[in-house]
Amino acid sequence: MSSSQSLLELLSPYPPGWGGVLLAGALSTVLISLGAYLVGVVIGLAGAIGKLKGNRPVRFVLDLYTTAVRAIPELILIIGLYYAGTDGLNRILAALGLPALEINGFVAAVAVLGIVQGAYMTEVFRGAILAVPVGQIEAAAAFGMRPRLRLRRIVLPALMPNALPGLANLWMCVTKDSALIAVVGYQELALATRIAAGNTKHYFLFFLASAALYLAITLLSNVVFTALENRFRRGQPKTA
Amino acid sequence: MNFSWIFSYWPLLAAGAVQTVLLLVISVGFGFILAIGLALAQVIGPRWLKLLARGYCTCLRGTPLLIQLWLLYYGVGSLLPMIPGLRASFLWPILREGFFFAAVSFTLNYAAYEAEVLRGALLAVPKGELEAGRSFGMSSSTLLRRIWLPRAIRIALPTIAGEVVLQLKATPLAFTVTVMDLYAVAYKVRQDTLLVYEPLMVVTVFYVCLTLIITRAFKIVEAQVPVRR
Repeated sequence: MSSSQSLLELLSPYPPGWGGVLLAGALSTVLISLGAYLVGVVIGLAGAIGKLKGNRPVRFVLDLYTTAVRAIPELILIIGLYYAGTDGLNRILAALGLPALEINGFVAAVAVLGIVQGAYMTEVFRGAILAVPVGQIEAAAAFGMRPRLRLRRIVLPALMPNALPGLANLWMCVTKDSALIAVVGYQELALATRIAAGNTKHYFLFFLASAALYLAITLLSNVVFTALENRFRRGQPKTA
Repeated sequence: MNFSWIFSYWPLLAAGAVQTVLLLVISVGFGFILAIGLALAQVIGPRWLKLLARGYCTCLRGTPLLIQLWLLYYGVGSLLPMIPGLRASFLWPILREGFFFAAVSFTLNYAAYEAEVLRGALLAVPKGELEAGRSFGMSSSTLLRRIWLPRAIRIALPTIAGEVVLQLKATPLAFTVTVMDLYAVAYKVRQDTLLVYEPLMVVTVFYVCLTLIITRAFKIVEAQVPVRR
């Protein structure tokens, strides 16, 4: 075992050290998570509205989607979607007579995690919409607001406080699920750590360092979500 | 779609299924016991123990399971052979297996999540019931054993069911540390037969069935407890 001095050198952000690789990995973890989260929010909102307002076939398909995604292990989903997604897209392109596309690992990661997130978000948003008092929506309708205006001005602001705890949970989940992308070979924090550890043989040090980075991401997001919730709950009576 | 490989691979598939179920049972069983201790430490422990238990939960819930698993397998695993005498001892055949590390890290991780659930449930037990127990002259350990813990576990049951399903869905990670669980078998079949989707589909069906069994079992357990509505 070397002295603590050289251990610190291993973690330094400049090339002889591997700190820069880890930080770049952490950045791409955050970017993947952010992208997947946004995709998830869009799918989730659309899915929740579809589940509440859609006709029978739409609701059936959405039920199938949320049940399947939530029942299948994430690792299998990610690997399945990663290969099936890229392969399926290229087959469609080939059928249309277009050249095959080399799909960027980042885009694939975001899409795959976004589809997984979307299923959970659908349920979170559905619950949150149901928790908005009907009277408020009826009042908006009585004022003559169109459904879209009603959604934008009344439903969305009113559901945010209900949805935020669930959304915060899902953000924590996606930052940690993004580590699974390492298994399909896109370089984010988990894979960067494995490479750094494998090269230097200091497994313990590097995995501990990346655990600390993940923890920092989680703790920082906690602060952000608490602030967000306070912001969205302004004007509401405090309970307990 | 070609499923003829199932006939030659079913012993492997069955062995993989056993490994998956074993991992689940070990991690949920031991994790639950650990979680009771952690939850109690957070609710009635002295200040330092409270902080310690809370720190443990935050750290394990704040980092990905994959990193925890790799930290144990590659990190601690590379330090273990340096302990003198360990490699010659009877424990070594167990300690060098990926299964051991997977079981340990899943248990520790499950305990952290479960402890948070139990902590909330312990606090949700109505005060009157605890006071009633105390007024019957129960010592605090009897009170805990007969009233507080059973009531808390009943309150937490629906959440525990969800946690167990989540734990099942985490078990495929063990394949990254050479455990031949169900997913690893599917991976091997994919490499041997060059079939991309079929092995994944078969394994998926198994996981979904197991999920259904778990939820059904918990429904039955929940129905054992009469609830006044």
